Amino acid sequence: MKKLMLGNDAVARGVYEAGATVVSSYPGTPSTEITESLSKYDEIYSEWAPNEKVALEVAAGASIAGARAFSAMKHVGLNVAADPLFTMSYIGSNGGLVIAVADDPGMHSSQNEQDSRHYAIASKTVMLEPADSQEAKDYTIKAFDISEEFDTPVLVRLSTRISHSQSLVELQERREVELKEYTCNPSKNVMMPAMGRRRHVFVEERILKLKKYAEESGINEIELKDRSIGIISSGIAYQYAKEVFPDASFLKIGMPYPLPDKMILDFAGHVHKLIVIEELDPIIEEHCKALGLKVTGKNKLPLCGEYSADLLGHNLLGTEKGTYSLNEDILPVRPPVMCAGCPHRGFYHAVNRLKLIVTGDIGCYTLGALPPLNALDTCICMGAGFTAAHGFNKARGSEFSKKVIGVMGDSTFTHSGITGLVDIIYNKGISTVVVLDNSITGMTGHQNNPVNGFTIKGEKTKQVDIEKLAYAIGFERVRIVDPFDVDNTVKVLREETKADEPSLIIVQRPCALLKSVKYNGCTAVDQEKCRRCMMCMKIGCPAISDIDGRITIDETICVGCGLCTRVCKFGAMALKEDCKVEY
Amino acid sequence: MSTKSIMIVGVGGQGTLLSSRIIGNALIKQGYDVKMSEVHGMAQRGGSVVTYVKYGEKVYSPIVEKASADIILAFEELEAARWISYLKEDGILIMNTQKINPMPVIIGAAEYPKNITAKIKETVGRCISLDALSLAKKAGTVKAVNVVLIGVMAKAAGYDKDLWLEALGNTVPARFLEINKKAFELGYEVD
Repeated sequence: MKKLMLGNDAVARGVYEAGATVVSSYPGTPSTEITESLSKYDEIYSEWAPNEKVALEVAAGASIAGARAFSAMKHVGLNVAADPLFTMSYIGSNGGLVIAVADDPGMHSSQNEQDSRHYAIASKTVMLEPADSQEAKDYTIKAFDISEEFDTPVLVRLSTRISHSQSLVELQERREVELKEYTCNPSKNVMMPAMGRRRHVFVEERILKLKKYAEESGINEIELKDRSIGIISSGIAYQYAKEVFPDASFLKIGMPYPLPDKMILDFAGHVHKLIVIEELDPIIEEHCKALGLKVTGKNKLPLCGEYSADLLGHNLLGTEKGTYSLNEDILPVRPPVMCAGCPHRGFYHAVNRLKLIVTGDIGCYTLGALPPLNALDTCICMGAGFTAAHGFNKARGSEFSKKVIGVMGDSTFTHSGITGLVDIIYNKGISTVVVLDNSITGMTGHQNNPVNGFTIKGEKTKQVDIEKLAYAIGFERVRIVDPFDVDNTVKVLREETKADEPSLIIVQRPCALLKSVKYNGCTAVDQEKCRRCMMCMKIGCPAISDIDGRITIDETICVGCGLCTRVCKFGAMALKEDCKVEY
Repeated sequence: MSTKSIMIVGVGGQGTLLSSRIIGNALIKQGYDVKMSEVHGMAQRGGSVVTYVKYGEKVYSPIVEKASADIILAFEELEAARWISYLKEDGILIMNTQKINPMPVIIGAAEYPKNITAKIKETVGRCISLDALSLAKKAGTVKAVNVVLIGVMAKAAGYDKDLWLEALGNTVPARFLEINKKAFELGYEVD
């Protein structure tokens, strides 16, 4: 049966059909749906780990214990999980160990545009790269087989357009795979210098065997048609190239590391002009050049951003298209915004009243950086919200530090925030740090996490108590506030930033999009009372506009959270009568 | 047949994703190779969103390129204007006249362009504009804007009606099916 499937769902289906039994991941766009989809298979144990390093270590343990194990993450997640990856390259696998890593060319939902193929090269493992949903499933299954045959972890590289595109997939039955026998084997599984030295030799020999596999297995394919142009491409870029050059000869790379030297040279010998089409870094291109080949590639195509058929047509063929256009000056952009009812809005409004410097972090609350809130000073990576605040403290001293707060969400806190708290206490910092606890992992589309007390399958579990944890680490000042009680939030922020010792403020209000959150929208404006002071416009609510001189609420957007009624000093904003919000 | 392309453009939260899935479901029933591309994550949060549906004998890229959309389904006026360069010369633009102010307009840093619908009608060959929000309200929920627009599209593109009602049944939760069928019919009746 053929089914229209998201690339991510197809990877999950591959994990299922390959007979895997243990999955541990941390959500991250564009990889999240892989593990969400896997959680629906009862034959597979799945979990959300606190971060990608933990997730890959769990999968590594499961593999050594004999199970086919899997972990999925976004490209920057692999930075976090790089440590276990590099050593698992030496240890290899017992049950197949497969890691899906989703790149984000164009940065639809990421802080950088790194190319994960570098990790396959640096860790001396293997990487496969599917070009549609069918291949996403097939390559995932193949990855488990390669992992076991060659005793290596295998990376499956995805990109936003593979992960979040749907195409047809042929479904098959699940292969039932027995647990591999587990025997204690320190020379393979305990990586100390003496063992590591021997295993490094094994790793180098493994690459040679994998190069042979790359030549012979059929994972890389040559399609000879018109010999005047030969294109080497992989992943989604291959699909764009097929559209622009339907008659050209192709070498489709399904395995970007290690690359098939003989095949590349053979292909180059058959064609007149060689073009390498790959998004992001020139990895295949540099490899071709090292083989002594003359290629067209990044001299014509960009290093930044994602490709498209139009871009290839324009840069390689000089194609110009006539298009419809309005004789209109530049249209206003529509950047993402915090949703109507978002609890972060109240918090940032309070922060702005005190004009604090905010070292921020990754999540929905990063959107506080945009106008009109303009509340964030930094956003580096997960966890840096707290630690960068400590850096400000140590760079500019205690008095300056009283104007700085570090901010991150509840899921980010368990991902990488706890070690930051330890650092602040241990090293005598005085920073005020804030957990924005909205009871969910929000930006990636609502995943449960250790703070909200539910598992990936929605079962109740122990809840990490941030307050107790902070006390146990050594924080003596821990406060809990409701961000919609703006005045109190301002008061607590003022008190805690003034203190000569570190503080943790837990800002608690659930995400407005959670099913359990019921606001009975919406708000109305009493035009008689409105003085047009524009205070309500400062909170950046998408439901409030100033239209023809009147403050207006868009009823299709307003959820009735009531934040604007608390911000308005003239009582002009009021919830409609049937609307009750509990604070 | 050559590959056909449909683009669905709107504002994150308007239900563009569900509509692309209904459309994909209907097309696959007709035996086409179908590819769709969606946007998840940060861009979804009230931002400008676009999803693509392509179908035909064999589809390579899931992305619709400039001047190649046979149909653009625009959920919002400004978004219709933003993506107009993607419409094929003889393509159909179906647009909801609803206006949703983007943040730069809300905070006064930009102005929502005036008379967009009229300007678009002067520019493109084939444009159907309608107040889909009112029709959705008439069907019973403002959330059915997407299905109203699919109804308009099914009629304008000459697709078989029953096929779409079936796809609706396969995609929409049973308890919302009646409202959505009504929304589809209201869209289908638009001239």
